[in-house]
Amino acid sequence: MKSCDIAVIGAGPAGLAAATRAADLGYDTVLLDEQPSPGGQIYRAVETADHARTEVMGADYARGRAIVDAFRASGAAYMDGALVWNISTDRVIDFSRGGASSQLSAKRIIVATGAVERPWPLPGWTLPGVTTAGALQILMKASGIVQEDAVLAGSGPLLWLVAAQLVDAGAPPRAVVETTPRAHYRAALAQLPAALRAPGYLAKGWRMMRKVKRAGVRHFAGAENIAIEGADAASAIRFTAKGASERIEASSIALHQGVVPNQQITRLLRCDHAWDAAQQCFRPVTDEDGQSSVQEVYVAGDGAGIGGALSAALHGEITALAIAARDGRGDPARLKSLRAERARDAAVRPFLETLYAPAPHVTAPADDTIVCRCEEVTAGAIREAVNLGAPGPNQVKSFLRAGMGPCQGRVCGPVVSAIIAERRGETPGATGYYRIRPPLKPIPLSELAQFTIPDAPEDR
Amino acid sequence: MSAADHRADLIVIGGGIHGCSAALHAALRGMSVIVLEKDTVGRHASGVNAGGVRRLGRHYAEVPLSQRSMEIWYGIADFLDDDCGFQVAPQIKVAETEEELAQLAARRDELNDMGFTHEVLLDRAEVRAHLPAVADHVVGGLACLDDGFAQPYQTTFAFQRKAESLGVRFHEHTRANAVRKEGGDWLVEADAQRFSAPRLLNAAGAWAGDLAAALNEPAPVEAIAPMMIVTSRLPHFCDAVVGATGRPLSFKQMPNGTVVLGGGRRGRADRATNLSEMTFPELMLTAQTAIDIFPAMRDATIVRSWSGVEGRMPDDIPVIGPSARHDNLYHAFGFSAHGFQLGPGVGEIMGNLIATGATNAPLQPFSIARFSDAPQP
Repeated sequence: MKSCDIAVIGAGPAGLAAATRAADLGYDTVLLDEQPSPGGQIYRAVETADHARTEVMGADYARGRAIVDAFRASGAAYMDGALVWNISTDRVIDFSRGGASSQLSAKRIIVATGAVERPWPLPGWTLPGVTTAGALQILMKASGIVQEDAVLAGSGPLLWLVAAQLVDAGAPPRAVVETTPRAHYRAALAQLPAALRAPGYLAKGWRMMRKVKRAGVRHFAGAENIAIEGADAASAIRFTAKGASERIEASSIALHQGVVPNQQITRLLRCDHAWDAAQQCFRPVTDEDGQSSVQEVYVAGDGAGIGGALSAALHGEITALAIAARDGRGDPARLKSLRAERARDAAVRPFLETLYAPAPHVTAPADDTIVCRCEEVTAGAIREAVNLGAPGPNQVKSFLRAGMGPCQGRVCGPVVSAIIAERRGETPGATGYYRIRPPLKPIPLSELAQFTIPDAPEDR
Repeated sequence: MSAADHRADLIVIGGGIHGCSAALHAALRGMSVIVLEKDTVGRHASGVNAGGVRRLGRHYAEVPLSQRSMEIWYGIADFLDDDCGFQVAPQIKVAETEEELAQLAARRDELNDMGFTHEVLLDRAEVRAHLPAVADHVVGGLACLDDGFAQPYQTTFAFQRKAESLGVRFHEHTRANAVRKEGGDWLVEADAQRFSAPRLLNAAGAWAGDLAAALNEPAPVEAIAPMMIVTSRLPHFCDAVVGATGRPLSFKQMPNGTVVLGGGRRGRADRATNLSEMTFPELMLTAQTAIDIFPAMRDATIVRSWSGVEGRMPDDIPVIGPSARHDNLYHAFGFSAHGFQLGPGVGEIMGNLIATGATNAPLQPFSIARFSDAPQP
C-alpha cells in the first residue's frame, strides 16, 4: 500500500494552498481530487478557460489561476480524477481512479472538500429543468454552456453572482426571485459597520445587483410560498411577493439558499460536529487552524465553516503551517499574519449570515413536499415517523429509507435533521445527523471485485 | 438500602428484537415489564441485519425453534399491527459443483430422518425455474420455498410499539451498570436510576457477556460486525434469497430493485464505542462471488454499505434459557448473526418460560452451562 505524510482531499483553494505549503515544508504530500483539473468548484477549469470565459466569470475567478500555478510548481503529488469513497479510522483512504480502486495510507489527512448548496425542498423541485445556481455556474465554467431564460430563485451572494455572470454572458435571467425576508435587512444593518472592515465585499455585491437590475432583469423581493409547476418537466414558478400571487413561465429554474459545509468525510471519520446557529448548518468542531476532534485529521476551508474562497486559501496554508508548527517546524511569523488576515476577511460574515439566513419556510417544507429525492420520502412521512417514536435521523432512515439512495443523504441530510428537530422541539445539534457510511459515492461492484491489496492476508 | 425508582415483574436488558419480543410475550401473559436499552431500540444487529427470514441451513438444534418462529412470521402483520415488510420468498442455497450438491442432498436426508421436510433439493432445471438469471455452472440447490425476508428496523420497532401498547416501559439511553440480588429481587443500577424486579432477562447481544460475567456465569461472547453492501436499483431478476454452498454469500434483490449482498465477511466491531467499521478489501470475494453466481451483477453499482455490532458464540449457536447459577435469571443472546428470524419464536418461548417457569421447547443445546464446564482461560 502506498503511503504519505499528508493526504489532502479536494483541490479547491483550501486544498491547493494546504498541499502547496505542506510540500514546500518538506512533507510527502498527496492531493486527491475528483475533478480532472485543479480549482475545486470555485475555480473549476480555471487553467483551461479562454479569455472570453474568464472575462464573464470575473476577476475573482481569474485569481484562482495563481493558486493553481503555485500548486503545480510545488512538489505535491496530484491525483486528478480520484474519487475518495472511504477512509478508515486509521486513515487508510480507499479511492477510485481510472476505473480501479486502490488504497493510500496517510499519517495526516487534511479534509478540504468545501461546501455544498443548502438543500431547498419545495413543491416541484425534483422536476427536470430544476437545478441549482451552483450547477448553472459549473456549466459555464467547465463547458462554457450558458443557460438562457433561467429563473433564479432563493437567497445568498451566489444567486446574484450567477445572475450577473449570465448577464455578462449575454443571457440575462428571466427573473431573480429573492426569498430573503424583509426582517433580515433590518437585522443585518447592525452588522454593517463591522462588515465594512472586510475589504471590497459590499461594493462588489452592490455592483453585481446593479448590473443585473440595469440589464432589465425582473426582481421580486420577499418571495414566499414558492412552488414549481410542471407535469413531466418544469414549466413555471409560482410564488407570492408583496401580497400578490406571481407566476413566471420557465423551463429552467435554478434554486439557491447559500452553501453549507460538506460533512460527508468528516462525519465518516467520526469528527465531532456542532450546530452553528449563525450559519444554520452543522460544521465539524475545529480549532482556528483546522484541527478536528480526531487526531491527525484536519479540516481546511469552507468544510470547517463557510468563509468563502479567499478565506479558504488562507485557511489551507494556515493548516499546513500549523501542522509544521506542531512538528517544531514552519514559519510562526507567517502563521500569525495569515491568521490575522483571515480574521479581517471574516469581518463581512456576520452581516452576510444575518442577511442571508434561510427563511423559516426554507427549512420547514410542507408535509407533501418530497425531502429525500432518491427514495421519494416526504416531509410529512418524516414528521409521522417522529410521532410514532423514531428519535432521530438514523431511525427515520432505517424506517423510511430516507438517505439510503445513491446520494447517501448528502442532499436530504440537513433538512431531515431540521424537520425532526422542529417536531421534537430541540435544536438540530441535539437531534444529530445521519451516520455516514461508505461508499461516499457509488462505485461499480466489478471494481470492488478487483480490489486487491498487495499485502492483504490470504483468504481462508 | 434505597428503594428502586422503577419496579416491574420482569426487567429485560437489551432492546434488540429478542429483548422486545420477549418483553411483548411476557406482557401478553400479564407481566409488567421494563426494557433497558443503552442506546436506542434496534440500534445494533437487530436493526441493521440483512433481513433474511430463513429456516434454510440452520443448525439442527435450531430447527424446531425456527419452525415455530416461522408460524409467527406468517401472521406477523396481525400480531404486531405492522407488516414489518415481511414477504414470503424462497431461500435457495446454490451448488456450484456436483460435490456441493451431494453435501446438500445429505443434509436434506438428515432433516427428513428428523421428521422435517421444509428443505427441498432442486436439480439443474428446478433451480433455474426459481433463478432464471443464475450462472450456467450452477448445478442445483437446496431450498426452503416458503421462507422470506423482512425489514429489520421496521420489525424491531414494531415489536417495541406493540409491547408499549401493552404497557411495557422502554428506557432508552439507559445502560445497566450494575446488577445484584437485593431482598430476593434483581436490582439494576442504570446510570442514575435504580430498577428492580423478581425476574431478569439478559438479552444484551454483543454486550451480554459482560452482564453474564458480572453474575459469575461467564460466556464467551465475541463482538462481530457482519458487513453488507447494497447496489443501486437493477431491473427485477431475482425473487429468492440466495446463498452459496462452498463460499460465503447472502444475496437478495429487494422489491425496489436494489440488491443486498452479505454473507459473513466481517468488518471491525468496537463494543466500547458501539461502532463498527467496514473493511472493503474483505468484501472483494463477496463481490466476485455475486458476479460469478449472477453475471448480471457485473454492471451493478454499490451505493451503500453497513454493518452492525452482533454477538457471536464460539459454537455459532445462541445462549437461550434459564441461568445455570441463579434462580429467576434468564438468557437469550449470542445469536451469531442469524437471530433475526428466531426473534418472534424465541421471544414467545422466553415469555412463557419466564411467566410460568417452564417450557417444552428443546432448549438444552443452548444452555449457558455448556460454557461453564469448559476450561476458563
